Amino acid sequence: MSGVVPAIAAIESAQLRQLPDFRPGDQVEVHYRIREGEKERIQVFKGVVIRRKGGGNRETFTVRKVSYGVGVERIFPAHSPKIERLEVVRRGHVRRAKLYYLRNLRGKKARLRQSQRGETDIKKINAG
Amino acid sequence: MNTHPGLIGKKLGNTQIFLEDGDVLRVTVVRVGPCTVVGKRTLEADGYSALILGLDDKREKLVNKAQKGFFEKAGVSPKRLVRELRLAEADVAKYEVGQTLKPSEVFEEGQFVDVSGKTKGRGFTGVMKRWNFSGAGTDGHGTHEYKRHGGSIGSNMTPGRVLKNVKMAGQYGNENVTIQNLKVARIMDDEQLVLIEGAVPGSRNGYVTVRGATKKKNAGRPAAAAS
Repeated sequence: MSGVVPAIAAIESAQLRQLPDFRPGDQVEVHYRIREGEKERIQVFKGVVIRRKGGGNRETFTVRKVSYGVGVERIFPAHSPKIERLEVVRRGHVRRAKLYYLRNLRGKKARLRQSQRGETDIKKINAG
Repeated sequence: MNTHPGLIGKKLGNTQIFLEDGDVLRVTVVRVGPCTVVGKRTLEADGYSALILGLDDKREKLVNKAQKGFFEKAGVSPKRLVRELRLAEADVAKYEVGQTLKPSEVFEEGQFVDVSGKTKGRGFTGVMKRWNFSGAGTDGHGTHEYKRHGGSIGSNMTPGRVLKNVKMAGQYGNENVTIQNLKVARIMDDEQLVLIEGAVPGSRNGYVTVRGATKKKNAGRPAAAAS
């Protein structure tokens, strides 16, 4: 709503980052900067994008992975400077925008079919 | 009373910004310009000292003769909003009539400010919204037709009346409110904008007054707080 005010739209669009084209269902690697006291390091979170939410600089996305048998989800602000790099590993074929149903599936059932959008596509996206 | 310098502005809305370390800050965008000094109040002439600021131009047609004379005397175009800021005489002397103030001349980033404005009018409002009463809360125990009521408003024979200031339903909002100790997150001189951390009273496009914080040292400027 606030996006209609030109002054606010300008503030928001100035903070937008160029992100690779990723969608729910894609497997991604998020290279996220973590601060531990004085030191800073990069943590890689690899999983399936199950949702993209919000618009402009308020957009967030949720990545889900299963770690030692426990489902872990992390929400990232899409345009955060803390994201060092975002890489699309695999394209998933899905038929909806929010993949909450994955939470109720485990093991082989929780797999996603590879998308028609192929590997060459991925390489192009990660480069750009 | 707040006697710190400030500006009048228009609340544009809320958004969020990323800080350099990647943390998200929720801010209110306030356009505080072009703020023009249209006059002064002095101890000799008026019995108190203040700075009169004007914001946004008004069409010639909408200005009555008295106002027209006032603005002509100051040598500025007629303003839509005119507000006085009570200041110490020494502070008033720093400004000149006709001068247009830049946000950075009055504020600095990290400064604490008090923001006044008129809150959104909510009309005649029940006690649950107005005073955060919890209502009947339950469907059980025979409660009916009493879900959003306030309950008892006092005792019986002693005192035999309802005490003053008991919280009841009534007009809520559309009153002047000051929120104290908000932090200036960013000052954008070119766009005449100030980003203030947190929320500010009023609706979008409502007018607000932003001044240095009364309850902080040196109008809440960070440089002074450190020393």
